[in-house]
Order: sequence, then C-alpha cells, then structure tokens
Amino acid sequence: MAFTGARLITAAGPDIADGVVVIQGDKIAAAGAAGSVQIPAGAKRIDVSGRVIMPGIVDTHSHIGEPEGGDSSAPIQPDARVLDSINVRSATIEKARAGGVTAANVMSGSGHLLSGQTLYLKLRKGNTIDDYLIHLSDGRVAGGIKMANGTNPRRDPPFPGTRAKSAALDREEYIKAQEYRDKIRQANGDLTKLPPRDLGLEALEDVLDGKRTVQFHTHRQDDIMTAIRLSQEFHFHVVLHHVSEGWMVANEIAKAGVPCSVIELDSPGGKLEAKDVRFETPAILYRAGVLVAIHTDDPITDSRLLLRSAALAIRGGLPRDEAVNALTINGARMLGLEQRVGSLKPGKDADLVVLSGDPFSVYTHVLETWVEGRKVFDRSDAKDRLYAVGGYGASHDQGFPDLDGEEDR
Amino acid sequence: MTRTLLVGVLLAACGYAQVAVRGDTVYTIAGAPIRDGVVLMRNGKIERVGPASQVSVPEGWRLLRAKVVTPGLVDAHSTVGLSGYLNIPQDQDQVEHSAPIQPELRAIDSYNPREPLIEYVRSLGVTTLHTGHGPGILLSGQTMVVKTTGETVEDAMVKPLAMVAVTLGNGGRESQRGKSPGTRSKEIAMLRAEFIKAQEYQRKLDKAASDTGDKEKKDNTQARDLRLETLGRVLKGEVPLLVTVDRANDIVTAIRLAQEFGIHMVLDGAAECYMVLDRIKAAGYPIILHPTMERAFGESENVSFETAAKLKAAGIRFALQSGYESYVPKTRVVLFEAAVAAANGLSFGDALASITIDAARIIGVDQRVGSLEAGKDGDVALYDGDPFEYTTHCVGVVTDGKVVSEVRR
Repeated sequence: MAFTGARLITAAGPDIADGVVVIQGDKIAAAGAAGSVQIPAGAKRIDVSGRVIMPGIVDTHSHIGEPEGGDSSAPIQPDARVLDSINVRSATIEKARAGGVTAANVMSGSGHLLSGQTLYLKLRKGNTIDDYLIHLSDGRVAGGIKMANGTNPRRDPPFPGTRAKSAALDREEYIKAQEYRDKIRQANGDLTKLPPRDLGLEALEDVLDGKRTVQFHTHRQDDIMTAIRLSQEFHFHVVLHHVSEGWMVANEIAKAGVPCSVIELDSPGGKLEAKDVRFETPAILYRAGVLVAIHTDDPITDSRLLLRSAALAIRGGLPRDEAVNALTINGARMLGLEQRVGSLKPGKDADLVVLSGDPFSVYTHVLETWVEGRKVFDRSDAKDRLYAVGGYGASHDQGFPDLDGEEDR
Repeated sequence: MTRTLLVGVLLAACGYAQVAVRGDTVYTIAGAPIRDGVVLMRNGKIERVGPASQVSVPEGWRLLRAKVVTPGLVDAHSTVGLSGYLNIPQDQDQVEHSAPIQPELRAIDSYNPREPLIEYVRSLGVTTLHTGHGPGILLSGQTMVVKTTGETVEDAMVKPLAMVAVTLGNGGRESQRGKSPGTRSKEIAMLRAEFIKAQEYQRKLDKAASDTGDKEKKDNTQARDLRLETLGRVLKGEVPLLVTVDRANDIVTAIRLAQEFGIHMVLDGAAECYMVLDRIKAAGYPIILHPTMERAFGESENVSFETAAKLKAAGIRFALQSGYESYVPKTRVVLFEAAVAAANGLSFGDALASITIDAARIIGVDQRVGSLEAGKDGDVALYDGDPFEYTTHCVGVVTDGKVVSEVRR
C-alpha cells in the first residue's frame, strides 16, 4: 500500500513537499520524496494529493478508556494496574482516534503519591484490552508508574498532609523496594531465601531497574525539584508531567536531563498550582535544552484538540518543527517506544495521520488515522464523523467493536 | 465652553491621548472589511472609520498598527470577576448555596475588578463581559455587563442588571436528599410559584399606586421585597431571564415556563438545541451557546462543534460565550471558542459577529459596543494575523479610546 501526493511531515527530517509513504503489513516500508521511493508493483495506491501526512500522535498523558488505579485505602499503591480497569468500548478512545492519536500513556489519577501502573496503548481497533497492548521484547506489557506531588495527593490520613511528608512516604517506599530487590539478589535463586512476593514492591523493583519509567505529575517549581531529587536518590527514569511552573526552573530541569510532558491550558488558574501556567512553557523548556512533549490529560483537554495544544505552544514561541516532535517522537522517547513509533521511518509501525492541511491551523481537520497499516478513523464515515465533531450519541460507548476493517488494509 | 475646555484639560491630565488604529484589514462588522483601514477615537468614542486613503490620522495622535483589527470582543456570558482564578472558597462568588432562589443577589456586589483573569481575557481582545451569578443552582442571582477595565466595578459598569440567572436540569437541583428542588418537576413548580408571587406583589403595588394616584404612597402600603422586585422586572420584560439548560427536553420546558409568564428569555448553554431547532425558532428566543469546546460530560455529553453553524442555518439568533468552568482552566476564552466554530461550518464573518455585535445585541449593549462605527465606544482589538488561527497573537487592546493592553499573547 502506498500513499502518494501528500506533504510529509516525518519528525525525522525536513518536510517533503510531494511525498510517498509505502506500507507493508503493519510497518512503514519507505517514506520519502516522489521519485526517490520505489512503489512495489501491485501496491494499492492511495492518492492523498493536497493532504498532509504526519506520524501518528503519541499522547504521553491521557485518561481515555476510563482507567482506574489505587483506591482510597493508601497513598502508595504500585500493585494497582490500569490494565485491569480499561473499558475499550469507551467513546473517549474513539475521540482520541479522531484527534489523530495512535498511541497513549493511559494513567490512573493524581490523587495519590503513587496511584498505580500506567499502560502504553496502541489505538488499534480491538475487542478487548489485549488487542491494545504493547508487548516488549522481554515479554512484559509496556507501561510506567504514576506518581504525583503537590496538592492533589494531600488528603486526610493515611494520605500525607504536607509536602515533606509526601516525600518521606515516597522515600520509605523506595527504600523498602531496594531492600526487597537486595533480598532477591542475595537469595540468588534459592527459593528458601526469597522474600514473600509483594506485588507493589515488584513493580517498584522494575522502576529501580530502569524497566519502568515514573510518570510524575508535578506543577509547582519546588515540587518539580522534589520530583527530580527523588529520581536522583533512587536512580529512576522519570518524565515530569504538566510542569506548570517549569518555566521558572527550566535550566535546573535541563541540567538534570529530565524530559517534560506539558499541558497547554486556555487560561491560568482553576487550582492553586496552575495559577502561573503559560503558553510559553514548552518554548522556554525547549530553549533550555529539555526534551518536551505536549499531552492532553484527557479529559482536562480534549484528545480531538491535541494538535491545537501544540499550536498554542507555537503561539508561545516553540519552533514549528519542535511542536511536531512534541506530538510524536519526543513522546515516543518518553515512553521508551522510539524504536517503534513517533516518526515516518522505514521499519517503524505504520501509524500516521492524514490531515486536510497544516497541522497547526484551526481550519485543518484530521481526515484519517491509521494504526499499524489499518485505518482506525475516517472522517468521511458517518459514525466516525460523529466522534470527531460531537452530537447526539457521540459520548455513548460503542456497543460492538468495529472489526470489519479488512477492506481498509 | 469653559466646561468643554475643563474636560479637555482633565482628559489630557489623565494621559488621555487621542488614539488611532490602522490595520491591513479592519473588520468593522458594520459593513464589508476595509483594506488598510483606520479607526479614529476621540475622547473615548469612535469618531471615524474608513480606508487610510480617506481617513488621515491627525498629528499628535497615538497610532497603533496591526495586520488585523476587530471591534473589542464581547463575551456574551462569563463568570469572570466573580469566580476567581485561584478557585478556593474565598474567591468563588458566583453561587450562594443558602437558598435555591435568590434573585436579589446583585452582581455588582460580588465583582472583583482586580481579578487576574480579567486582565487575562482582556489581553486576548475581550473588552466587554456579561458576567455575574453562575449556573449551578435553581435561581442564582443577577448578572451585569462590564468593561474589562476599571479600578472599581463602578468604573467598569455598562449595565448593572443585565439578566437573572436560572439553571434547569441536573444543574438546578440540590444534591442533598430532602432539600428542594430535587427533581425537574420541583424546579419548575418552585419557579412558577415564585413568579406567581411576584405577579401578586406587582398587582398590589399597581393597585396602591392607582388608588392613591400617589407614587410615594405605594412604598407605604407594602413592605419592599427585593426578590419580588427583581422578578417583577423580569415579568415586565425589562430584564431577560437567562436560562442555563442543556438537554432537549429541558429546553422545551424552559420555553413552556417563559411562555406561561410572557418572559423575555435567553437560552444559555443549550447543548442539545440542535434537536429542537424548530421549537426554539418558533418561540423566538435567542441562544447564548455553550463554548464550542465545552467538555462532553453529563447533560452536555451531546455537545457538537457544529451547533453554531446549525443555529446560523436555522436563522436563530445566537452568540458564543466563555461560560463557567469549575476547574482547570478557570475560564475559557471566547476568541478561541469562536475560532473552533469557524473551523466547523460557521463562516469567518458569522463567527466574528457571534463574539461582537450579535453578543452585544443579546445582552442589550449594541448601542455602545460590538462594531466599529462612529459614535460607539472606542473598543478595538489588534492581531498579527487571522484572529482565529491558534498561532496568531492578540497584540493590542483599546478600551474606551485608551490603550489597555500591549501584551503579545
């Protein structure tokens, strides 16, 4: 299959005015300028002249599919998995496809210091959650750990009442996990010496081993520094999320080498920690040398409007190419998926978005979204269009999955 | 003559330079856009609007230039100034929860002119706000129209009593069991009873006045009732009832109520209005439509980006609004909401009208604001491109002939 005639935004080099994308099965076989790319004989050609193709959007922070994590029994619950809670028939997933989202880090909430294990999804058409998962080479299911500091996890006991207590509880838990890991190492396979299995500490062991990234909700500049301090003490991989006051400590974040996933909001306020949000945050972080992604935090912002959020970052000074990266390859890096998704490169998953025009214009619409060589959203289809623009029934969960897409291959 | 001179001297002392704005395109809203147009403002009012070839800027005037010039934007419904951006109990004055019906609550007694969100929306072109008591309780109180300038509410004032705010459907209910209203039927029963009381109160006043022929006398024959006085003004058609309502069946209920009492009603929100366009059109009520990007939740789950276009096609008068937000972001920006409507079927001109002259008409201030015409207030917004493009900036705002913002946002 080959898309021809479109302007290509590859997130791997300059735009290509008249490009060709060749898809073989679920992978990109080639992407380049017309004439320079061999279209295999017999390939189905899809003429998208006058359109724009960009890589599928990676949303690094989303709550589509009605995810849940820990309950109100404790502030730290690494045993709770988003995996066990997702409703794949949720209309929110359809709307994300309508926004061009092809991969998402679906997370539990920020009302805990640690609310559970997040899940990195591919928005394939599927019947059960198993059809959405990403399996890593070691057999594990891809996902991170959700942590939060600042005001959201501050609640009545057993939750912390202050910032210092929050950090103390976090540190105690990670020290426990270190000790658990050490015991397992010392047992050296001797079953009699192994500690009893602890699901929470097992998950944190993955964090300590760098196999699971901490996705850390943090707004205020001092909370940002606390999150960095914790990551340095326990040597875990961390991505900072929201980072509302990140513009105040951009150089410090850059020095720590920590990536940031930022939300763009239409106005400041709504909670104390968001009183100084500004459109310029991604631009300021980028100029300081920070790896920046832009997320929806759906439903805080709408998955159908994630392109808009990146455009607002441009309004705030982020270079256009960097805005593309912030929606694609940078997010892929933050999820450790950059070998699979995030740019139009041969060998990567065939995840792409067909747009009616410039991705950052208000007048542009997402026309089609493709995941792994299969069309998962088509604006010309009446049902898909309902999810794209809204209307009666647009928020109702789908009753039956749409699995009849063979003709879309 | 002396007086005119004195006023002139005072104005000069206030730093009241005469201001002119020149734009590559000037959207007057009163006629076709003017290429290379000029707006002259003298002593706060628009003196002349026309092409630069015909209108020259007098020497000594302050001249602002921009690519695009529009009238200062009119936000047809907001709670900014009452619902503070910190979103803590101490800065939330849009709803008083002690009783379900409180028409005596005046917006002028709750407005904080130093609220940072006022400066924020002003920097994005909004010069006039219809703000006041919010949705969330059956009859929350009064609204008013202000300019987004002024050290005191008196400075800002355009219209102290604009409308009386009612919420129907789930939003009008009391959540606590045993408290009324707990159902839709009870909401309407309570409102009908209150309006009937107001009718009787008015009848007694009128009778007392006609019996004695003495206007003074009536105040002696009946104790003043602030609630019934306000509702009396609604019944006389002096003050519209602003009814926030989303579901189609609740819209029809609102029409039933308004028609029973001959009330001048403005529908607000109206997520499902597209289901009952004929009914609304026949009844003749205008709509202050929900923000285009309103979240699809609860009773607004069926919102559509295309409703504004449908209202236009149906010939129903409408304006767009920023609405009320209970969390992050604490306010929407009406410019952004019109932009998304313009990208979803509404023409550029109609979208601009929905946040200028059409909004001004519905809130009853079109004699003063909403278009660039000689004699109207000197309220102008300046942009470095298409105002609806995400990546365009608002670069200046003039209110009452004074430059009030030069932030590039």
